[in-house]
Amino acid sequence: MFRILHQIFRTGIVTEPLAPGEEARVTLTGRRLEEAILRRFRQSLTIRLVDAGSCNACELEIQAVNNPFYDAERFGIHFTASPRFADMLLVTGPVARNMEVALKRTYDAISEPKLVVAIGDCAYDAGAFGPGYATRRSVADVVPVDAFIHGCPPAPSAILAGILKAVGREG
Amino acid sequence: MKKNAMSLRDALIEALGADAAPNAGQYPASVPLFEAPKARFAEAAAVLKAREARLVAEWATDETPFGRGFGVWALYNAGDEYLTVKCGVPYDAPEFPSLTKTYLGAWRFERRMQSLMGVEPAGHPDTRPWIKHEDWPKDAFPLRKSFDGETYLQRVEGDYRWVRAEGEGVYEIPVGPVHAGIIEPGHFRFQAVGEDIINLEERLGYVHKGIEKRFESLSWTDGARLAGRVSGDTTVAHAMGYCQALEAAAGCAAPPRAQWIRALLLERERIANHIGDIGAISNDAAFTFLLYQTAILRERMLRTNKTLFGHRLTMDMVVPGGVAVDVSAGAASAIQDELASVSGEFERLVRICEDNPSLEDRVYGAGTLSAALAKEMGVVGLVARASGQNLDARVQYPTPPYADIIPAVPRLRSGDVHARVWVRVEEVRDSIRIIREILRYLPSGPLVTGCPAPRPGAMGISVVEGWRGEIIWWLQAGPKSEINRAMARDPSMVTWLALEQAIKGNIVPDFPLCNKSFNQSYSGNDL
Ligand code: SF4
Repeated sequence: MFRILHQIFRTGIVTEPLAPGEEARVTLTGRRLEEAILRRFRQSLTIRLVDAGSCNACELEIQAVNNPFYDAERFGIHFTASPRFADMLLVTGPVARNMEVALKRTYDAISEPKLVVAIGDCAYDAGAFGPGYATRRSVADVVPVDAFIHGCPPAPSAILAGILKAVGREG
Repeated sequence: MKKNAMSLRDALIEALGADAAPNAGQYPASVPLFEAPKARFAEAAAVLKAREARLVAEWATDETPFGRGFGVWALYNAGDEYLTVKCGVPYDAPEFPSLTKTYLGAWRFERRMQSLMGVEPAGHPDTRPWIKHEDWPKDAFPLRKSFDGETYLQRVEGDYRWVRAEGEGVYEIPVGPVHAGIIEPGHFRFQAVGEDIINLEERLGYVHKGIEKRFESLSWTDGARLAGRVSGDTTVAHAMGYCQALEAAAGCAAPPRAQWIRALLLERERIANHIGDIGAISNDAAFTFLLYQTAILRERMLRTNKTLFGHRLTMDMVVPGGVAVDVSAGAASAIQDELASVSGEFERLVRICEDNPSLEDRVYGAGTLSAALAKEMGVVGLVARASGQNLDARVQYPTPPYADIIPAVPRLRSGDVHARVWVRVEEVRDSIRIIREILRYLPSGPLVTGCPAPRPGAMGISVVEGWRGEIIWWLQAGPKSEINRAMARDPSMVTWLALEQAIKGNIVPDFPLCNKSFNQSYSGNDL
């Protein structure tokens, strides 16, 4: 136990402000954000992730937003296991054919109002995988998307900034 | 003389005689290729198995562009010897003898070949499709040349037959494909009595993106970028595998400096993933403290990558003929400084782990994969080493600099979660040592060399030890020097199967911990 306390002391607080140089490249789509969404999200934001065919690198960078450097929790952002409690659906991947039904079901299970943010270049336009027999052209072909966060993969700071932008708050 | 002292090559020639015809079209020549009649394909497997060979990979090719039918291929390894056996299969009678009687690992390779290429493994006990889900048209075989890879497949009605266990008190728990955490999708079906798991059946393929088919529409150069996205957490190793196979087929070699820089990136990838895994496994054993500490170390390394190489995960740094980044003197000293601090912190965390009895309780004896089973199933990489197997492609198939800087290959015998954590700990230490030596002796010279396209029909093979384990790439040029076939064998393709076995007899709540200790790739498996 002593060693743990010592380590905590050594580590100190590493959280940092989002660096201005790491501004996210985000495409906001035409979906109008309702006032109700904004009001609801002001307290906290609960997110459900669906990997719809990513290469798994986007997952690594989404995991990283929870690390002590980015500490997504300080913005009230939580990841949830259950779609029913989610405000936002994060989607990665070009939508693999074998995930299309599961993605739609998860979307349907989230109650309104809900936001959809698609993460990574391949979620935007199938990226490196291209559209094909087993991939859609974009997540937007399967569920309505409010914002795309670009990058392959986008850095954690870009993911965090993109999420905040999508709900209309400033990072 | 020991029975297995004879090389695989000699054993094959002794058994098959003139029926084992050498084919000089596969490079490097150190991995020989023999063509055998279809009728003796399974016999060849049995002969090699008797020489302690492991089935490394099995795959199929559509060779109609050459005016032939299908090819069915098996790659074997024993010690430092790799060897390929091919048999031709007629287009209008697409059937070959299954190797499942000899090799358990052939089970999923052949289901995949059947599903995606439409070649039937005769005698295979499980004819259900794999990767291809029940709502695909039955006659859709994407890897056939006649299949249109650009058009989205329509959906049909269908049904998947799960393995059923019956008996008093047996109940079923289906999980997935979408999981609770920030992880990839897959479906697990447990049969349990009380809390005890009596059977686990995995169903994967959810993130199948048609990667192998897509290669056939790309240039050789563009292929490297896609190879780096087969499994994003293994981007360096897969890009290396692709480029080395391409360079072998094309008859060119990356300059020494480039090969050493590739190894440096590969070892950095190993450290970052292992450190992240050690934290995530501890977290599943209810020791959250370590998750945050290891996440900090991992994040530091990714930031160094960004500063020095321009990308946090060092994607697209390995290119055909060399590398796209240099390591300047300044970068070298920045890496030395970073390693000194990461290494110091890491050792402190390891001592905390060792001090923590609650952690030890959870990881000892959980998810045990016996040495015998690991060998039987052809498991590779850190999972194999935690179950006593002496396997490391950096030693068995060394490319520069690993002939000079020899990896330590830590091994444990117990095959449990603890052993898989501990192999990672030792490998982090050894990779730090390897990187320091690379920086000390880094050869000077160019970073990239021009590579021609492989000649028509040329084939190239590579073996790379990624952080999960041995990765195989096999490339075949078509009649116009285009990519006719790109085959990637991620360690996950063999090791997922072993998780089904290791979990038997464990309790349901321990599954996440055991699964995390294997940490196999869904994307790398599903392609
Ligand atoms: S955007 Fe890039 S990094 Fe993210 S999942 Fe797609 S291919 Fe992988």
